[in-house]
Amino acid sequence: MGKIKEIQAADIAQTVARLCQEANFFLGEDVVAALLRPDEESEVARQVLDQLLENARIAAAEHVPLCQDCGTAVVFLDLGQEVHISGGDLYTAVAEGVKIGYEEGYLRKSMVEQPFSARINTKDNTPPVIHTRIVPGEELKITVAPKGGGSENMSRFTALKPAQGRQGIIEFVVNAVDEAGSNPCPPVIVGVGIGGTAEMTMALAKVALLREVGKPSPDAEVAELEDTILRRVNALGIGPQGFGGRTTALAVHVETFPSHIASLPVAVNLQCHASRHREAVL
Amino acid sequence: MALCIRLPLHGEVIEKLRAGDQVRLNGIIYAARDAAHKRLVEALDRGGKPPFEIEGQTIYYMGPSPARPGKVIGSAGPTTSGRMDAYAPRLMAIGLKGMIGKGARSQEVKDAMRRYKAVYFAAIGGAGALISKSIKKAEVIAYDDLGAEALRRLEVEDFPATVINDIYGGDLYEEGKAKYSITLKSPTRVLASRISPEAIISGIPASGMRTTSMISSASGASGTGSSSVAR
Ligand code: SF4
Repeated sequence: MGKIKEIQAADIAQTVARLCQEANFFLGEDVVAALLRPDEESEVARQVLDQLLENARIAAAEHVPLCQDCGTAVVFLDLGQEVHISGGDLYTAVAEGVKIGYEEGYLRKSMVEQPFSARINTKDNTPPVIHTRIVPGEELKITVAPKGGGSENMSRFTALKPAQGRQGIIEFVVNAVDEAGSNPCPPVIVGVGIGGTAEMTMALAKVALLREVGKPSPDAEVAELEDTILRRVNALGIGPQGFGGRTTALAVHVETFPSHIASLPVAVNLQCHASRHREAVL
Repeated sequence: MALCIRLPLHGEVIEKLRAGDQVRLNGIIYAARDAAHKRLVEALDRGGKPPFEIEGQTIYYMGPSPARPGKVIGSAGPTTSGRMDAYAPRLMAIGLKGMIGKGARSQEVKDAMRRYKAVYFAAIGGAGALISKSIKKAEVIAYDDLGAEALRRLEVEDFPATVINDIYGGDLYEEGKAKYSITLKSPTRVLASRISPEAIISGIPASGMRTTSMISSASGASGTGSSSVAR
């Protein structure tokens, strides 16, 4: 029998609060490296990329959010099966952390109740969107990934016919980025989910965004697909902010899962350059 | 390089502006998102007066993050303008001259810009920390209950923006894209950084190339786009 590890709900809340702020103030090193790309030939585009780097510098120095849209608080939990949470329940602790983090960090609260009618702001950016996986071990890994509305609104899902295959996927994804144009604040990171069932395909596309920017999939065939889509996307000419240029996407990340014999579901989740995610292990 | 503009916008300046121009705005702008626009237009529908004189003014599609103590404003970048498309022509009809946001506008809005001689600027989306530096004063003037979405009066200095739509039908989103859209034919034109030339040569399916060239020619500049890239 493995030993049980106790984790206090209060520690979870505190950790989530810290991660919400860090994610909003500090742009990841991987994104910074990608924004420094030397091969953008449009002068205007290069200026935009420089301004994004300057924005990241100011945000880090002054603890001002990188973007005023501090996002929906999306939280991924990898919960070790040997962990026991004491002093409260897990999801309440996560929500409490979001509340504290957004208040203390002077982050914008963007969640509204009853989205189809009243749309009343909940005033503390709760509820978070929580995805939990039970994993072996005695640790709790928490990833906070605030997601802005501008890029999230450009999400796409389709159920392709299996016969449409690889080429169908490429066309669908490239088209999604093309249609999104300047709305999701390019340069973007393109998250793609292939396989599973509809809700899982979408989740795969979101999880793909957590990968280190530009790190290819370990599966060679998938990595090759990522390359092909990236080249196609960057040939669109949209460029940073849609002003025209080569850098429409910094990376394409594809995650796959087996699917039903009748199905080939594909989802696209676009991540703006303000790619924010921070993790901690308790 | 960038054109310095004193607000409010007037005819002469508006006539000079062309899609692609970089400008620095100075003076007063009003910040409003969809919720505030909805109330503005509802007020107008009821025959009421808007909370500020719209004639000649510029609206910035923005809802800031809260200001830290001692600061004027928090992060303050643009939101997606398309959500204001339903309201914008109505406001242009009563004199709105400038809009600042990000993302393409509907044909209806573009038509209204030509008709009423108004300009659409883009601010850099996701650069809210940087943009906040050019906002010198901020006050909520209406719809306080909307929080981040309240109507604000901002005093800006050297606020950086780019003309997207001018009054002549120019559209930087279309022109910029057309200029840089390419057809994937040879590896020399492919600039995605982490790909080896070998992968490019072996990895391009023929049908993919067909579709790419269709997209480029649809944007009207497949020929010029390719040649400018090849040089
Ligand atoms: S898409 Fe991203 S960078 Fe653009 S406004 Fe939304 S959160 Fe900010």
